[in-house]
Amino acid sequence: MKKTLFDKVWDSHVVHTIENGPDVLFIDRHMIHEVTSPVAFLGLKSRGIPVMYPEKTFATADHNTPTINQHLPVEDPLSANQLRALEENSKLHGISYWGLGHEKNGIVHVVGPEYGITQPGATIVCGDSHTSTHGAFGAIAFGIGTSEVEMVLATQCIMQQKAKSMRINVNGSLSRGVTPKDVALYIISKLSTSGATGYFVEYAGEVFRNMSMEGRMTVCNLSIEMGARGGMIAPDEQTFEYIKGREFTPVGEAWDKAMAYWSTLKTDDGAQFDQEVTFDAADIEPMITYGTNPGMGMGISNGIPMAEAVEGGVATYKKSLQYMAFNEGDNMIGKPIDFVFLGSCTNGRIEDFRAFASIVKGRKKADNVTAWLVPGSHNVVTSIREEGILDILHEAGFELREPGCSACLAMNDDKVPTGKYAVSTSNRNFEGRQGPGSRTLLASPLVAAAAAVTGKVTDPRVLMEELV
Amino acid sequence: MAYDKFNILKTSGVPLPIENVDTDQIIPARFLKATERKGFGDNLFRDWRYHPDNSPKSDFILNNPIYGGKILVGGKNFGSGSSREHAAWAVYDYGFRCVVSSFFADIFRNNCLNIGVLPVQVSADFLHKIYTAIEADPKTEMVVDLQEQTITLVATGEKESFDINDYKKQNMLNGFDDIDYLMNIKENIREFAKNTPL
Repeated sequence: MKKTLFDKVWDSHVVHTIENGPDVLFIDRHMIHEVTSPVAFLGLKSRGIPVMYPEKTFATADHNTPTINQHLPVEDPLSANQLRALEENSKLHGISYWGLGHEKNGIVHVVGPEYGITQPGATIVCGDSHTSTHGAFGAIAFGIGTSEVEMVLATQCIMQQKAKSMRINVNGSLSRGVTPKDVALYIISKLSTSGATGYFVEYAGEVFRNMSMEGRMTVCNLSIEMGARGGMIAPDEQTFEYIKGREFTPVGEAWDKAMAYWSTLKTDDGAQFDQEVTFDAADIEPMITYGTNPGMGMGISNGIPMAEAVEGGVATYKKSLQYMAFNEGDNMIGKPIDFVFLGSCTNGRIEDFRAFASIVKGRKKADNVTAWLVPGSHNVVTSIREEGILDILHEAGFELREPGCSACLAMNDDKVPTGKYAVSTSNRNFEGRQGPGSRTLLASPLVAAAAAVTGKVTDPRVLMEELV
Repeated sequence: MAYDKFNILKTSGVPLPIENVDTDQIIPARFLKATERKGFGDNLFRDWRYHPDNSPKSDFILNNPIYGGKILVGGKNFGSGSSREHAAWAVYDYGFRCVVSSFFADIFRNNCLNIGVLPVQVSADFLHKIYTAIEADPKTEMVVDLQEQTITLVATGEKESFDINDYKKQNMLNGFDDIDYLMNIKENIREFAKNTPL
């Protein structure tokens, strides 16, 4: 039988199938962090059971960590308590722990790939919806709830109904100024935030083949924002090149064996998907969101859609515009903004900082803008320094913060105040996501950079032209 | 986690006719700092429910005493966004045992099933009927029968069936969870693990 990439990886991990029920799925890699794991460990304790395979779990602190003065004790007692719980639970159960101050500490979905924990054909879960990021390597990776975190700790398995499959093809080549983030926001705007619910997505076509590994991670990261359980891209030479030599990557004979397996990980010709959609890369321009979910996005040069053009949910649409204090038909370009956030598991990698720097080089940060530039990991910080990007940022009046999830979900002190506008490279523009009453415009690092130097929503292509 | 068995629930409902209710609204991130599973109900829909000075917003449905009961009736794509199980805990802790919607986000649905909150997915038509009935009489009762997989509006007898995977249904009827099941097949898992390629 012809199989999809998803079928191949899923089927090879099914321990047991329950009739009219879920599959028992074996998990190769489990990532945990301080927010969604403490209650799972309490569950283990109350049942009196150990962690079954501690070597398959990796702990990092990221969600509520501060992004300045990380060498000092964490001030917020509740955050400190969660971080302590992660450390103590990891030690108690023999789990590797990359806490604050550890050289490998960073955002879970950034450090996983950096150290080669993320590998093709693996099943990877974490109590965080953006676990879908790891699908960029041809892994099945998805977010789970805390009860499921407990299941994986206890038995290395979860019980899941196999999702339906969807293939999203984007053919052609991307225009200048259009980044992987724009591709993802474009797809979500076309499919809506629930358009892929119940599906696992495979991204295929020329655009993804030509995309960097980091770009692929950005796209897979955002799969959850259209409701998909996860997204994946078949591994290729670029994938193998990326993972080779990383700390947790197999070596020698094990590498050859792994490569032999990984090379089989692609959808068979003629395999059937439950749904298939195709887009043309030429239709995509730099994107920006105007509403309060990631599906409410548009090409930056367009006007906000009129209510009559919105299918169903008009009341929700109007509530959303009211929250953002925008009107139907408004142009986004020129709208004043207050904050810029570069970072998160969506866009906190070195390529994102390179893109940001390409726009701000030789310019100055706008006076009305507070900019939080937050790398995804210490590795990213090192690259920022070594490539001279830090100098460019400093000359333009920007400061670099320390790694973490930061203003993406605003569990730490990095909160956008009520009523203020932020252009953010993160993944969610929900009401209050970046702080109570905050207003978020999701965009690429290029759009964020253009906003940071002009103080308003600006088409980055205009600034790119000035550079020529 | 073990939870109370779910069989037949007869109660009124609280209507929340908003689409794409995301888990950041159900429980904002800043309330996820606990290390124990309790007290989340106080912050259910925090920013829709309270002003910044912590006084209740009179126009939010949970603050209107004429509505009550153990069923939360939400709009399409309920529970989208973050995987935080705290959202399901908050719903449960507040006192709901069932959420009705015309469409649920995947992880939220799973989280609910794992902690003893029954997600009941109905047609858009039936959802509309429920809203109309509650509007006419806030005390209108519904019966959710898990064994029969039906939801009924008591006043009119209008009824619709809902889907639930048989395994999850048995779990909820008996108050079991997945770990109970998985612990019983641990040896199979060990055998399987020996042959995994990674």
